Amino acid sequence: MFSVRKSLWREHIFDLIRRTATDLPADVERAIRRAQLREKRGGNAWWVLGEILQNVKLARRHDAPLCQDTGTLSFYFIVPPGFDTNALVGATREAIAMATRAGYLRQNAIDPVSGVPYQTNVAPGSPVFSFRQGARKTVDARLIMKGGGSENVSAQYVLPDGELGADRDLEGVRRCILDAIWQAQGQGCAPGILGVCVGGDRASGYEHAKSQFLRKLNERSPNRTLARLEASVMWDANKLGVGPMGLGGRTTVFGVHIDALSRVPATYLVTVSYMCWALRRRGMLLGPEGGLKRWLY
Amino acid sequence: MSKTLEYPFTAAKVRSLKLGHRVCVSGLIFTGRDKFHRYLFQGGKSPVNLADGAIFHAGPVMARKHGKWVVLSAGPTTSARMDSYMPRLIEQHKIRVIIGKGGMSDATRQACAKHGCVYLEAVGGAAVTVAQCVKDVCGVHLLAEFGEAEAVWALTVKGLRAVVAIDAMGRSLQKRVRQSSKRMLAKMLK
Ligand code: SF4
Repeated sequence: MFSVRKSLWREHIFDLIRRTATDLPADVERAIRRAQLREKRGGNAWWVLGEILQNVKLARRHDAPLCQDTGTLSFYFIVPPGFDTNALVGATREAIAMATRAGYLRQNAIDPVSGVPYQTNVAPGSPVFSFRQGARKTVDARLIMKGGGSENVSAQYVLPDGELGADRDLEGVRRCILDAIWQAQGQGCAPGILGVCVGGDRASGYEHAKSQFLRKLNERSPNRTLARLEASVMWDANKLGVGPMGLGGRTTVFGVHIDALSRVPATYLVTVSYMCWALRRRGMLLGPEGGLKRWLY
Repeated sequence: MSKTLEYPFTAAKVRSLKLGHRVCVSGLIFTGRDKFHRYLFQGGKSPVNLADGAIFHAGPVMARKHGKWVVLSAGPTTSARMDSYMPRLIEQHKIRVIIGKGGMSDATRQACAKHGCVYLEAVGGAAVTVAQCVKDVCGVHLLAEFGEAEAVWALTVKGLRAVVAIDAMGRSLQKRVRQSSKRMLAKMLK
């Protein structure tokens, strides 16, 4: 049986938040570095990517949030059979309050009715929890922080879309994704990463699109057709010339992740979740006693 | 490679900046975002003198260390959200420099040309780099009313790097990119 020691969980999750807020995953940092090599030396695109890389380094060194918008906190837990999630929820909330007080998180949860920010980021809808039951004895805990600038340019399309010439097929899906990238320009802090859900409903579409950011940048869809679409959209997107921060350049997106959910006959949705270059994702595996087994990514 | 721009940001200094060039901003700047812009737009009195000044679209992460405010992280926020307020504020408050991200609308562009103002694109998300440029937090206004992220922070910065994305002639870098990428997109969707 799992013996949950709340203080131990709290410490681990605090550390998960701290690492997520202050450092980029290695694959994302590598993608930025590679992109800089492709841009014209001394040009604005090259400069922007250089500033980003320097910022990542500084954030790591100073143990400071790498972007001031510490985003929506989405936790993804996979727990063993029979696991009681209440203690984990409690420990996570406490860890968030601690991380806010320590300056790793901005007061980022605001009451839309009164306009007042919540002191600790623990509020209705914050954090967002997703629980799944796994077969293993370990707890898989992952966190994604996604900022508002990139959330604002995310989009959902209802097919067919006459204006885009998008029918209910993969060519239609391709058109929607490219349109979303064009509409976003630099507003979502390009270069971006796209999580796409084909199908589902209004709610599950966005949720599933966002969860694609749990994949590593080079992790292709296991579905061959979708994997091909990912590659082709990425190729086209980088020919648009939007570039870093929309100032022009060769790199507009770093990655495209597409997945599909079943749909009802009347609805064909394409949901595009846009993630800024600051893709903050971390994860850890915890053993049955609550001890840290290893870091993921 | 880049030009320095020092406070006070006079019309002459601002007009000498060229589209697409990089600048290093030094001196006094004020943060202000959604709530502050709306407040001014609705006729609220500005707690600071914005004439020949710079407004920085940002919501910083602040902390108090040894009784003093320090900036932990302060990148630009999306300026488009301030678009509906900006032209009037440029005119009424003689703002000369806007620092933000993502570019601004045609109306703001035209106000820049008319009243002599520039829009500087700072790198979105590069919040620690900006925080490093802050040498002093001189004061804070409307903190109780707006909260930490939306308050007006008076900052002394040194060497804050940005690109001139709208110049004082009203030309916009982002607009050009938007148009050229639109043509490219049309070709792809043929
Ligand atoms: S879009 Fe991303 S990088 Fe840009 S300000 Fe928001 S969280 Fe930061």
